[in-house]
Amino acid sequence: MTPQRSGLAVALLVAALPLLALAALLIGPFPLSPGEALSVLWRGATGTLAEGDRAATVLLSIRLPRVAAALLVGAALAAAGACYQTLFRNPLVSPDILGVSAGAGLGAVLGIFLSLPVAAIQLMGFAGGLAAVALVGFVAAAVRTGDRTLVLVLAGVVVGALTGAATSLLKVLADPYDQLPAITFWLLGSLAGIKTEDVLPVAPVVLAGLVPLVLLRWRINVLSLGDEEARSLGIEAGRLRLAVICCATLVTASAVAIAGVVGWVGLVIPHVARMLVGPGFGLLLPVAALLGAAYMLVVDTLARTVAAAEVPLGILTAVVGAPFFLWLLARGRRAWA
Amino acid sequence: MTRPARFLAAILMAVLIAGAPASARTIVDSAGRTVELPDTVSRVFAAGPPASILVYALKPEALLGWPRALRGEERPYIAEAYRDLPETGRLTGRGGEANLERVLALKPDLIIDFGSVRDTYADLADRVQAQTGIPYILINGRFDETAGSLRLVGEALGVAERGEALARDVEETFAALDAALGAVPEAERPRVYLARGPDGLETGMKGSINTEIIERAGGRNVAEAPGQYGLVQASPEQVILADPDTIITWDPTFFEAVWSSPVWSGITAVRQRRVYLSPTAPFGWIDRPPSLNRMMGLKWLAGLFYPELWTKDLREETRAFYRLWYHVELSDADLDTLLQWANGRAP
Repeated sequence: MTPQRSGLAVALLVAALPLLALAALLIGPFPLSPGEALSVLWRGATGTLAEGDRAATVLLSIRLPRVAAALLVGAALAAAGACYQTLFRNPLVSPDILGVSAGAGLGAVLGIFLSLPVAAIQLMGFAGGLAAVALVGFVAAAVRTGDRTLVLVLAGVVVGALTGAATSLLKVLADPYDQLPAITFWLLGSLAGIKTEDVLPVAPVVLAGLVPLVLLRWRINVLSLGDEEARSLGIEAGRLRLAVICCATLVTASAVAIAGVVGWVGLVIPHVARMLVGPGFGLLLPVAALLGAAYMLVVDTLARTVAAAEVPLGILTAVVGAPFFLWLLARGRRAWA
Repeated sequence: MTRPARFLAAILMAVLIAGAPASARTIVDSAGRTVELPDTVSRVFAAGPPASILVYALKPEALLGWPRALRGEERPYIAEAYRDLPETGRLTGRGGEANLERVLALKPDLIIDFGSVRDTYADLADRVQAQTGIPYILINGRFDETAGSLRLVGEALGVAERGEALARDVEETFAALDAALGAVPEAERPRVYLARGPDGLETGMKGSINTEIIERAGGRNVAEAPGQYGLVQASPEQVILADPDTIITWDPTFFEAVWSSPVWSGITAVRQRRVYLSPTAPFGWIDRPPSLNRMMGLKWLAGLFYPELWTKDLREETRAFYRLWYHVELSDADLDTLLQWANGRAP
């Protein structure tokens, strides 16, 4: 792909994102015309919002945090997926490769099991994700033989399976009429209940993870060539890899903590980005993040409009993502490399 | 006798001995299955929480255990003799954790499940019955069928009079409700939202077993869409759009949070402070599980929905209900706890 066309793709994405966000703000079961939205904004700006103004609540307290959360979660998952795929030089890798989602799932399910408030459930999800990856890192560091990357991935598989088993145990023990439905809905992912107070603390954490990745993107590109090549170019592969894993884990755990377990985004979106701009990580990362944000925005808008009840995000992303992934495979063109 | 012949004779004997009491009587359960029952049923295994409440109300001395051990705050509301029954686990469905060997070790005369009578459950019942040799009956858990279910199980357990008495109580309550609320036109009935889960965004669509109490008590479930049943996730936007004037919940976490949340603040029910917390001891008054406990919730909800039409004294109703159905004479302190709970002060 020529640099011109890549540049065009990026420019289109950057232009399309605010338009998509605006559209998402106006679409939903509560009817809200652009005129009403403007009037709400005017009243908000002039401080004349009435108590219990329903249009204002829907626009400012429900859809705005939802749109912000969708952008954050989509960007976080897609960026983390791109990082892991480059890091492990494997196109089948997704952000939960090191057990982040499984760990976050266990933390949140434990929170529901203990009947904690929503904020505490989110915090436990975040902590669970970090703890799972820390455990994976610890196990991988303890195993001194063999291929470092392979050991890391295998440790991720094992820790993921163990935390998954613990989650299942909690589901069996949970009250079937009370906690079990809540657990099931959480594990399928949703932004339905997102509030401003949920997004505000998470946004800086996601940015704290994304910014270093963006700054390091040219160096990370070298990692895809292999450790020997990286060293010959004067890059300390081990420390860089650790930094990338920490950042990607941080953003994934934040995303899962507020949105629940949303699969397929981190796997599929980097592939689409690669089709658009090629495998060079310097361009791939920002494009994947932008695409992920746009994709999540569309999916979340669908989630609140296609049925009378909310459709869990995990179901929509799988229904859209899995056939698309098959199509990518069937096209047979080497999207990778 | 040759060895094979002796072996066959032994099998024949075993079959005859095992088959002898089985001829006692048969019953047709709610799924239309014909099940043979022993003459006296004195040991019953409840397949899940709804069934355990059914058996406890009808013949507590036959109940072999609770699917889940009672929690501290639930204990005062169960008659002392049955507070410490062992935990047996659930048998129903795929998530069931009761081991068939443990069921057999308890030597039940009968297994009862109360709830769905769809083909899957009928098939499961047939399989467990064939595997264990223990008769297994399925009882319809739909709210409107309650009286019939009580009579059927009363018959099966050999306590037909008790079944009849409770069935009458159900019919009288239903009739009193219909008489009191019958004239209220549909448009003037309260619009009710059932808030489940810590964020209150899980609810049951109209027609689901979790919310049928709303219609029975004279309310209208705002979560309604043709062809959709069961538990679903809602968004605050949908709740605002539906704008219920009454919200019922049993989740103290949600009940605490709803008053200060800007998202919920515009909803009529919250503005008029018509959000109600249901007691859950020993069982939830409106759901959790959907069983006979809803008969208590019905009286409570009718008073909330129609304070002018349903003027019975909640204190007296509660005391009488716990005496008749749960075999406990409530102390004033325990009764106070329940009523404060129903006013939003969960223990």
